[in-house]
Amino acid sequence: MSILEGQGVTKYFGGLAAVSNVDFHVDQGEIVGLIGPNGAGKTTLFGLISAAVIPNSGTIRFKGENITSLKPHQICKKGLARTFQSVKVFSDMSVLNNVTLGAHFGRLQRVSEARATDEAARLLEFVGLTGKAKVQAKDLTLANQKLLEVARALATKPEVLLLDEIMAGLNSTEITQAMELVSKIRAQGITIFMIEHVMKAIMSVCDRIMVLDHGKKIAEGTPQEVATSKTVVEVYLGE
Amino acid sequence: MLEVRNVDAFYGKIQALWDICLLVSESNIVALVGSNGAGKTTLVNTITGLLRPAAGSISFLGQRIDSLPTHSIVELGISYVPQGGKVFPEMTVRENLEMGAYPFHAWKQKDDTFQQVYEIFPRLMEREKQLARTLSGGEHQMLAIGRALMSKPKLCIFDEPSYGLAPLLVKEMFETIQNLRKQGITIFLIEQNVRHSLEIADRAYVLENGRLCLEGDCAELLQSDHVRKAYMGL
Repeated sequence: MSILEGQGVTKYFGGLAAVSNVDFHVDQGEIVGLIGPNGAGKTTLFGLISAAVIPNSGTIRFKGENITSLKPHQICKKGLARTFQSVKVFSDMSVLNNVTLGAHFGRLQRVSEARATDEAARLLEFVGLTGKAKVQAKDLTLANQKLLEVARALATKPEVLLLDEIMAGLNSTEITQAMELVSKIRAQGITIFMIEHVMKAIMSVCDRIMVLDHGKKIAEGTPQEVATSKTVVEVYLGE
Repeated sequence: MLEVRNVDAFYGKIQALWDICLLVSESNIVALVGSNGAGKTTLVNTITGLLRPAAGSISFLGQRIDSLPTHSIVELGISYVPQGGKVFPEMTVRENLEMGAYPFHAWKQKDDTFQQVYEIFPRLMEREKQLARTLSGGEHQMLAIGRALMSKPKLCIFDEPSYGLAPLLVKEMFETIQNLRKQGITIFLIEQNVRHSLEIADRAYVLENGRLCLEGDCAELLQSDHVRKAYMGL
């Protein structure tokens, strides 16, 4: 059974169909990639899944339950966490406290401060931000703020994690490290749905890839199938 | 054209840049390469007056700019495309572009510049009346570049222009940068896409832990074992 699925998901911004009648599914333990040209509706789809954006029509199910009308915090508590393309860290809080907050507001009930802090420190090490714990979040580089968001999302103990372009702004060597991080997250049993433009990463990390263009799903398949799809090359990859 | 001499910079008590010396010659594309956290954006902030150097000097076209306010630096002909765009979210696309044309000499020419920007990024014309916050990540980036061009810069500093762009657009972005140079705009390019930026640049500097550790012709740097291993994952 799919852990996360959507049917006929549609969102209009004014007259523009940002996401148009999209069906999708993510199976337990999978890493699914979401690619497509800029403005295709990828981040909007993540917004719809996490209830930051309310759909005009369609349903989204998480572990079989219809979550379409829930609030973002309720969805997070059910075990679905996300990071943001335009980062949304708590700028004036320390890096450690950003993550501690995730532990308090996540799936587990009544986490003690000591336990939340321990968990946060462990997660900072896991994403490679040890040593930055006391720094204010706003003083991190943009790429590190994205890693911080990954740690904060993991602190909520998700079963499904939505990653929105965590590799933007990294060089090739750093991208390799980020790919290892994604694999390590999956190894912990967390299902991943990720938006990324870094083809090297998407192609080697994902089990399956879905392609959006102008709000519509235009292709879906294994990395190999997608990379050789004529349509995808035309609208997205080039050459 | 731009000369940075022995610059040190601090964030509070933490030193971020050590003894930076760097030259950007007219009509060149000069690239700055470095890991996440090396100090690239800090250096740009220092050049653009957003952060004051603690020591050293910065000159542009022979004039000291290291104590000028940012708006005066822009009027002298430096513009900046910040990482992640930093557009004005509650203004329309057209209003954002107009904000870029604020220097007096640019304001007089703004109708022409609008045309040029819309030719480079037709998507911005399509979205002219939309609020910037409704744009996608990639469109934000286009808008930030368009806004920088509206000030009619002599030197344009790009902080990771390919950030968040789809592969097809990344290619177009690098072509755009080369075209801007052909139009006589000098380019200082910070980019994580190291191979691509070294391919289009004339010279490059490598920044590590706040210090410049390598500089030279891009052809040479592309062959450097250190650059290949540390930045290109080879």
